[in-house]
Amino acid sequence: MIELQGVSKIYRQGRSNEIAAVCDLDLTLQDNRVTVLKGPSGSGKTTVLTIIGCLARPTQGRVLLDGEILSGLPEKFLAEVRRRTFGFAFQRFNLIAGLTAFENIVLPAYPLAPRFDTLKARALELAETFGVAHRLDLNVDDLSGGEMQRVAVARALINDPRVVIADEPTANLDSERAAQFLDIVATLKARGKTVLMTSHDPRIWSANVVDRVVEMADGRIVEAA
Amino acid sequence: MSGWWARQRYLLDYASASLWRRKGRNLVLWAIFAALVFILGSVILFGSAIRREAALVLRDAPDVVAQAMRMGRHDMALASDIAKLKSVRGADRIEGRLWGYLYDTSTDANYTLQTPSAHAPDLALQKGEAIVGEGVARLRKLSEGKHLFLVSPAGRLLKAKVKKVLSPESALVSSDLVLVSAEDFRAFFELAPDQFTDIAMRVRNPSEVGTVSGKGALALPHYRFITRANMARTYEALFSWREGLLLAIATGAILAFAILAFDKASGLSAQERREIGILKAIGWETSDIIRMKLWEAGLISVSAFVAGMTLAYLHVFAMSAPLIETVLKGWSTLYPRFALTPHVDALQVTTLAFLTLLPYIAAVLAPIWRTASADPDRVMR
Amino acid sequence: MILHPPILALTLAALVSAGALVAASAFAVRLLGRWNLASGAQSQIDLEKRTYLVAVALRFAMAVEIAALVLFVFNADRMSAMFVGAMCAVGALNASVYGFPALFAKIALFFGASLWLAADIVDARGRDYPLTRWKYGLLIALAPLALAEAGLTIAYFLDLKADTLTSCCGKLFTSDRPTIASEMAGLDPRMALGMLYGGFGVVLAGAALARRSARARPLYGVVSLAFFAVALAAVVSAISLYVYEHPHHHCPFCLLKREYSYFGFLLYAPLFAGAALGASAGALGLVRTPASLAHAMPAILRRMVVLSALGFAGFVLVATWAIARSGLILTG
Ligand SMILES: Nc1ncnc2c1ncn2[C@@H]1O[C@H](COP(=O)(O)OP(=O)(O)OP(=O)(O)O)[C@@H](O)[C@H]1O
Ligand SMILES: [Mg+2]
Repeated sequence: MIELQGVSKIYRQGRSNEIAAVCDLDLTLQDNRVTVLKGPSGSGKTTVLTIIGCLARPTQGRVLLDGEILSGLPEKFLAEVRRRTFGFAFQRFNLIAGLTAFENIVLPAYPLAPRFDTLKARALELAETFGVAHRLDLNVDDLSGGEMQRVAVARALINDPRVVIADEPTANLDSERAAQFLDIVATLKARGKTVLMTSHDPRIWSANVVDRVVEMADGRIVEAA
Repeated sequence: MSGWWARQRYLLDYASASLWRRKGRNLVLWAIFAALVFILGSVILFGSAIRREAALVLRDAPDVVAQAMRMGRHDMALASDIAKLKSVRGADRIEGRLWGYLYDTSTDANYTLQTPSAHAPDLALQKGEAIVGEGVARLRKLSEGKHLFLVSPAGRLLKAKVKKVLSPESALVSSDLVLVSAEDFRAFFELAPDQFTDIAMRVRNPSEVGTVSGKGALALPHYRFITRANMARTYEALFSWREGLLLAIATGAILAFAILAFDKASGLSAQERREIGILKAIGWETSDIIRMKLWEAGLISVSAFVAGMTLAYLHVFAMSAPLIETVLKGWSTLYPRFALTPHVDALQVTTLAFLTLLPYIAAVLAPIWRTASADPDRVMR
Repeated sequence: MILHPPILALTLAALVSAGALVAASAFAVRLLGRWNLASGAQSQIDLEKRTYLVAVALRFAMAVEIAALVLFVFNADRMSAMFVGAMCAVGALNASVYGFPALFAKIALFFGASLWLAADIVDARGRDYPLTRWKYGLLIALAPLALAEAGLTIAYFLDLKADTLTSCCGKLFTSDRPTIASEMAGLDPRMALGMLYGGFGVVLAGAALARRSARARPLYGVVSLAFFAVALAAVVSAISLYVYEHPHHHCPFCLLKREYSYFGFLLYAPLFAGAALGASAGALGLVRTPASLAHAMPAILRRMVVLSALGFAGFVLVATWAIARSGLILTG
């Protein structure tokens, strides 16, 4: 369970152009649920994802993971929590160009230094699950958009995280691929993962796998269903 | 510990792949680094080889040498003068030396002809015997028991049986050496029995060398007294400022290189910055990135160092340093025939590492840190 | 001033590491005034980021200093040819009044930097970085030492003149005047070895105690430093004699030469490691264990104590081996 208590994030704090991207936000995410954040551009959705995903520290307020306070941890420990708990799928996939699909998938495991054969077996299994096993040796620049996304999802899962975070996962996909992505989300949920997404896409808000849609505006929650 | 190393291996793996992906850009830096090591390494190797040579010459040199002077030029010393020196207190083992150069037309080489010192019993020679250096033996295809023939400029012939060939480890000082008995030497160069090339003295107490040569100069005012320290100083003075000049230029080069490295490490492409951000977002930590980047810097610098050092070694010892020879030419007046024996030791390698690796790493440290500490949430935008 | 490449290298090293330490301690002053880990403010995040730079720069400076210590001694040995009366490093170090102080400053800085590194490693294990203030306080204390070290090194090189009359190990260690060096050398070899083995017994007992009881750790730190001194005295008065197989050659530096197949490295490396680990464990033992390090800190300190005792054991073993295989028999 993840709880945000009175969380604020202020960018460029103390300067004349400071921006309160998130203000005094309370939010609780239950395990094994699929939650979608929606709202106008600039409303702070991505900022909330970065705070929950331990990519950034809140300026104020507390973040708790299963009751353990994460806000206030130094970066070293945040990174530990991040690689143990969260997997990320980004809007622009963010694969590293010039590396093969396989190399991209195993990257998050490098700091944990597992045995290579275990790592390889795990990467193969994930690639098979998401249908990119035959593309593993290709440079990621040569993959199609859908394949890129599936490689990115496989990468997000390599350390077996409990929570998968996806920012605008369908923004770069046509409707067929978007539907395929929803299938992936269903797979994740079936595997017991918690999923948190942001989306402007009505097909996502109304999808069956989605348990909860939270609407944001100006850094606050305006409506939680 | 094994966990630590496993982690380093993954980081090293990523670092080498990352270098390879940007080989064009990295190659430039690598080549400049290797060139810097090559130049500095050449100067250092050359310098210490010369110093070593000088030290070997000096080690066997007498504490004081007295040379007769006539009209400002070196003249022959006389046996009667040697007797006068014996009264100087503090000096012992005073002996006249016989030595000279001979240009040998048949092999187109310069030999040093000399008589063995009375205090080196293992080199003692009878008339008709000779001991030759390794170089002479090689040129003349000589070995023990064979005969050596020499012709003096005046046309006198010397025939001597080779008693021994000096071992190659002392080749530096003795390669061109031909030792013959005093009797043969005088006959060959047509010297009177009371003539010597110069006079060598040993002084038992090193702090009295100055006093002894001063007293000697009083006893023999027409002689020039040269102490070993004088010789050392001459070598040192002649070499130090040349080497200093090169090093001063090199310091500038090191500085320029450090600035270049700093600049390269700071000016990452947008693509590279993005990569770092991605790595952090997917679970790498700042110190993982720093280590990975340090591996990159280490791979570049150490391989360039090894390459530059190897080239410098070949340059100095296989080719007699043609590229820096002009600057260091002063030495050729001291060593008309110089062939440097290959010699590298830990001190030189460490020094070179300090002068090149240290500024490089120091210059890239802050840029690496800056890159590594970029906010990971950037990649979400 | 004698301009040799190694002198240039050592000057550069001294400047770089002193520069790193001074810059780091300037940051430390800033940090001590503002450090508040609980805050999510940008200024705190920036401070935290900069600690990474300090950590990596100090590790670099320490590596440079260790290498420079070795290069310094080697270079002194090589330069000895230029001074009348000098035959090894001792003579070259004696050629200027700054020689030995520079060496001692380097050694002191080595111990200081080791302590900082140990504190940094322990601190990084606590989720609230509980030793941060202590660590950065220490850093500020180390900066003058680093400056002194750089100053002495440069002063030493500037002061050197070829042909200086100096005295070498033969003189230093048999002087009529009662100097520390001659006292050390004058020690009866059998007594020195007795102290060495007895001292090693104390070290082992101390380590066993410090492994179990936290309160014994500062004591072990003191024992480590004392044993370090005893060990150096034993090297000068006895072990060197056995290595050189010469009853009057008391020199702790010639051991490092190629003539003795770099035996000194084998001897000194475990000794310095043992002393640095032991002294650091002792100094950190004075710090009250923070809650967030309740498990990690005692475990690390225990391991440091064990490694330190192993280092000392390595030294004693190497020394014993040197004595056993020596052809010299000291009849006293
Ligand atoms: N690093 C930053 N520095 C300054 N301002 C920032 C930064 N990141 C985000 N912001 C600002 O914070 C506000 C919230 O941004 P955020 O990306 O969270 O919005 P969003 O809801 O994800 O928008 P979109 O739907 O366009 O992705 C925006 O006004 C943005 O300009
Ligand atoms: Mg967004």
